[in-house]
Amino acid sequence: MGPKETPMGSKRTSRRDLLKTGAASAVGLTLGDIAARQAHAHDHPVTPGSENASPMIPGSRELTEYGQRSKYVTSVRIQHPPGGRPSPDAFGKQFHIATPLQDSVGVITPSSLHYVATTRGSFMPDIDPRQHTLTIHGMVDNPLTLTMDDLRRFPSVTRLHFIECAGNRHTPRQKTVQETHGMTSCAEWTGVLLSTLLKECGMKGGATWFVAEGAEEIKGASSMPITKAMDDCLIAYGMNGEPLRPQQGFPVRLIPPGFEGIFHTKYLRRIKVVDRYYMNYNDFGHLRPDERELALSEQIGPKSVITYPSGGQQLPGKGFYEISGLAWSGGGAIKTVEVSTDGGKKWNRAELKNTPQRMAHVRFGYQWTWDGNATEILSRATDEVGQVQALREQIAQWWNVPAERNYRVPGLDNSIMPWKIAKDGKVTNGLA
Amino acid sequence: MGSLRLVTIGLLTTVVLGSPAFAQSPTYGVGRSPTADEIRRMDISIGPNGEELPPGRGTPKEGAKVYQLKGCIVCHGTAGIGGGPAPALQSKKGQDVPIWDRERILPLRAPFATIVWDYINRGMPLGNEGTLTADEVYSLTAYLLFVNKVIPEDQVLDQQSLPKVKMPIGDDYGKPHDWHPNTPRLKGYPY
Repeated sequence: MGPKETPMGSKRTSRRDLLKTGAASAVGLTLGDIAARQAHAHDHPVTPGSENASPMIPGSRELTEYGQRSKYVTSVRIQHPPGGRPSPDAFGKQFHIATPLQDSVGVITPSSLHYVATTRGSFMPDIDPRQHTLTIHGMVDNPLTLTMDDLRRFPSVTRLHFIECAGNRHTPRQKTVQETHGMTSCAEWTGVLLSTLLKECGMKGGATWFVAEGAEEIKGASSMPITKAMDDCLIAYGMNGEPLRPQQGFPVRLIPPGFEGIFHTKYLRRIKVVDRYYMNYNDFGHLRPDERELALSEQIGPKSVITYPSGGQQLPGKGFYEISGLAWSGGGAIKTVEVSTDGGKKWNRAELKNTPQRMAHVRFGYQWTWDGNATEILSRATDEVGQVQALREQIAQWWNVPAERNYRVPGLDNSIMPWKIAKDGKVTNGLA
Repeated sequence: MGSLRLVTIGLLTTVVLGSPAFAQSPTYGVGRSPTADEIRRMDISIGPNGEELPPGRGTPKEGAKVYQLKGCIVCHGTAGIGGGPAPALQSKKGQDVPIWDRERILPLRAPFATIVWDYINRGMPLGNEGTLTADEVYSLTAYLLFVNKVIPEDQVLDQQSLPKVKMPIGDDYGKPHDWHPNTPRLKGYPY
């Protein structure tokens, strides 16, 4: 925009300023200095008639090339659990990092804020995609080795899917929703269906399982049913419109939608089709005496949580609020979410803010007028296969064990999360 | 009519189940065929019957030396008794204690000795993963099975003997269920 086109009343660089800076450059200032002064000139308090004007953000090469959020937006990931093993640790290894769900809107977790987990605390492999290959072998007619360029030649799909870590358990000690539920995130993943690649290889009869293996230092591996591979597993190279981040498995990872996070093999280098449960590396962690518990540690149950108002937040006073939260299930799409604002006595149908998709977060809202009395708010989700999120007391009852304060729900903890609201508007963990 | 439909379904089922599942010639022709040798070198997934185990051998005594030499002792303690930053590898409880009441120790609780081999081969030693020779992995596996009283001190572990080791857990662990899409995660479980 030239000076002549500058609308009246807005902050602008006047001819006088230009003359002044021109004079300044004559005494040795660079163009950069001048630009900085111009930006600074917009940084003074607003004058009458220009109340809506703000200071200006000067462009930079970084902002041109990759962009940046406002300095006023300060939401960040934290180590999980608080007080646990730090990420990074003293050596620069990462363990568990949680998403700031309390600040989330919509259902897409920005790639920079997606939760991160490694099996035992690891460096990230710095993989050159030109050197990386994915090999599919085992019980197939034609084993296949694919470069990352090869992968992009196959028909692609783009799908919204959540991932959730088995460590995403809410306990009475945690304070915020980031601490209780931050080990789940939802992103748009792009890649090739594993079924497309397995059909290309031609599976042999009798194939019942597959092992997925990463290229990181431990070559982490997990066994999964071949029925899952043929249903909806995704070999993902894209995340939220760009290549995967190294923290998410660059250049390629497995997405077995709705399975526990550890199955989402990062830095995917090999898929082996086999005829039995292989019990490799990560699978040992799932070893349980009871086969029912093993099943519950695979597919994630129906789950939801209120992200606003949530622990650590403060309601300014009685009146209208839209309660907002996220719901998801490893069994399919979310069908309904209900919200209770009276500690679970009455359940009200919440509004789903986007079209629910299979194994993806859905945002829900419930319009509520707070009367200023102390109460407890909860949410519960029902998915399309009929599974209903339950109170931990109900789960304990099903297993015929006492619902003690620190009762550990079998499999991934999908029990209902209560938030207490005090008379002064302070929101705290309802389990505490 | 009804019986004709049943016959048709029966025939279709026979055709589908009788042929190798999903077998077909490549549709896209993208990618290359890895050689058998490439696959062998890459394939570190050791299944319960051990068919992928590489040649090599080791004994508990040799494993004790490797355990010292590779610094396992720093993280896992003397003879795997723990006390360091990594999990203990030797059970302190007696063999008469039921397996699920004993410690969660990999070379004790694993249903197959191949799992111990696979785990050490992939994940150890910390910071130098993937550098152990096959003999060293056989030796360490033998040593850790010995300190947990799973095998005697003079037992040689190799491609043939390792998969045959009888682990104390026997058959006493949950087996994976038959997973199907669009179904609850556990039949009869409402939550």
